[in-house]
Amino acid sequence: MPASASRLDPDRLLTGGLRLCAAFSAALLILVVIFLLLQAGPVLDAIGPWRLFADDGWFPADTAAAGQFSIVALLAGSGAVAFGATVLAAPLAIASAVFCRFVAPPRIGQLFRRMLEVLAGVPSVVFGFWGLVVLVPLINRWQPPGASVLAGALVLGLMILPTIALLADSALRSVPRATLSAAAALGLSRWRTALQVALPAARGGVVTGIILGVARAIGETMAVLMVCGNVVQVPASVFEPVRTLTANIALEMAYAYGDHRSALFLTGLVLTLLVIALVLVAELGRGANARRTAHG
Amino acid sequence: MKSTVTPIRSVVAESAPPALAIQTKDLAVHYGALCAVRGVSLQVPQQQITAIIGPSGCGKTSVLSSLNRLTDLIPGARVSGQILIDGADVLWPAYDPVALRRRVGKVFQKPNPFPLSIARNLDLPLRDQGVRNADERAGRIEAVLRRVGLWDEVAQRLDMPAQQLSGGQQQRLCIARALVLEPDILLMDEPCSALDPIASGVVEGLIEELRGDYTVVVVTHNLQQARRIADHLAVFWTSGDAGCLVEQGPAGAIFDSPKQAITAAYLDGRCC
Repeated sequence: MPASASRLDPDRLLTGGLRLCAAFSAALLILVVIFLLLQAGPVLDAIGPWRLFADDGWFPADTAAAGQFSIVALLAGSGAVAFGATVLAAPLAIASAVFCRFVAPPRIGQLFRRMLEVLAGVPSVVFGFWGLVVLVPLINRWQPPGASVLAGALVLGLMILPTIALLADSALRSVPRATLSAAAALGLSRWRTALQVALPAARGGVVTGIILGVARAIGETMAVLMVCGNVVQVPASVFEPVRTLTANIALEMAYAYGDHRSALFLTGLVLTLLVIALVLVAELGRGANARRTAHG
Repeated sequence: MKSTVTPIRSVVAESAPPALAIQTKDLAVHYGALCAVRGVSLQVPQQQITAIIGPSGCGKTSVLSSLNRLTDLIPGARVSGQILIDGADVLWPAYDPVALRRRVGKVFQKPNPFPLSIARNLDLPLRDQGVRNADERAGRIEAVLRRVGLWDEVAQRLDMPAQQLSGGQQQRLCIARALVLEPDILLMDEPCSALDPIASGVVEGLIEELRGDYTVVVVTHNLQQARRIADHLAVFWTSGDAGCLVEQGPAGAIFDSPKQAITAAYLDGRCC
């Protein structure tokens, strides 16, 4: 009797079930990486990692011997667009967070936060479509062809702005009340409290937000595909079209066979590892920040 | 801004009561529907140490926070009555709380240095006050660190994060930070209670050294400490649903012969 009673114990059932779910979720990431490794294996065997950077360009073919597989231009494209987006979005996002926490009356701040949350949920294809119809022609009139690093950076910047702003806002919220009381007791002005006391105190969380924003920018596909022009080249200026790693996969997957297909999975692996690395850096930063706060 | 009123520790103190730095009239603090403390008519003599004592929850901290309007920052907090500092009611809506807080500094229970360097902790308030000259700021930082006895300990590492200092050093830095703006009045909310006994003793000694230069109002749970440092004493109690002020006067007189039975019981440790 006791044995069957313990087997039906809802606590143990729940614990077991939750363990299973958690193990499944964790296994997904590992499975994705293993799958990518298996798929990328053939081309990696044939060309080795070195040719990813040493080849003359990205001219994929069904056999490794016939093609050129340099991802330098694609990496440059992804990097340029993500970097541009971050440079444009981060200051605005941080300013929004400061506004939300320190300037806006609570009700307006709350409303503003809700809007940012909704903005973060707008599908990327909508941003891309808007960029294609409005932004690209606008840039084209100024500096043709229009589809460019700049267009990609602007669209991506809009997309990662809410991510960075919301994370910066939550970092500012976690600045200890005692710190803000100290600033108030000294009669410090609002802007000095916000910029020179609270922001430095929230630095770890803000940096985490920026890194996660970069990760999102690097992983974004649809919007950049629509506005970046997709020419495989290292851009010489922000007005030149580029192709990102993500867009490249989306563009070529339909007709890729053999080593070409394998090479696309290899770029997917590079992307995944890049994003994992960024998230890890963000986590490390957050951990260090938490320790620092705990000390004080 | 220092007033020119004669020093208080004169021999005629008995007949001529000392000038008051702060006087409250029928002060009450509410948090939403809850009344924390009411009917407080507190008198704080100039350039003395006034200790506010009483059991937990009797509104000592609420009263202290209201004196430089830090209660403004607490959502739902309402302060009524009058708080007269230099004859002006600081609760008057048009009274500038920033100017008030530069005159009436505060040290908190738990040391709360900014998560910045030691020097920056003192530099920020000076910059904010408009001290543009870097040499002047450096001079004032050194002077105030000497005043709190921290200079010799930190002179070589002013760029170190303040939060790496020990608890007692952090609290002395916080006192320095309050003093660097040269306030007239310093409010202290149980400034030693988060410190170990040795650090507590150092900070207590420092508070005593401020006597004569500053008006100090210190909330404390430590009766021995109150007995050691206070010139003036205010005893709070909880009556019914809210805190109130039951007795105030020269510390020696109250400790020797309290007028209220409740004060006598509290000072003897016979209640709570």
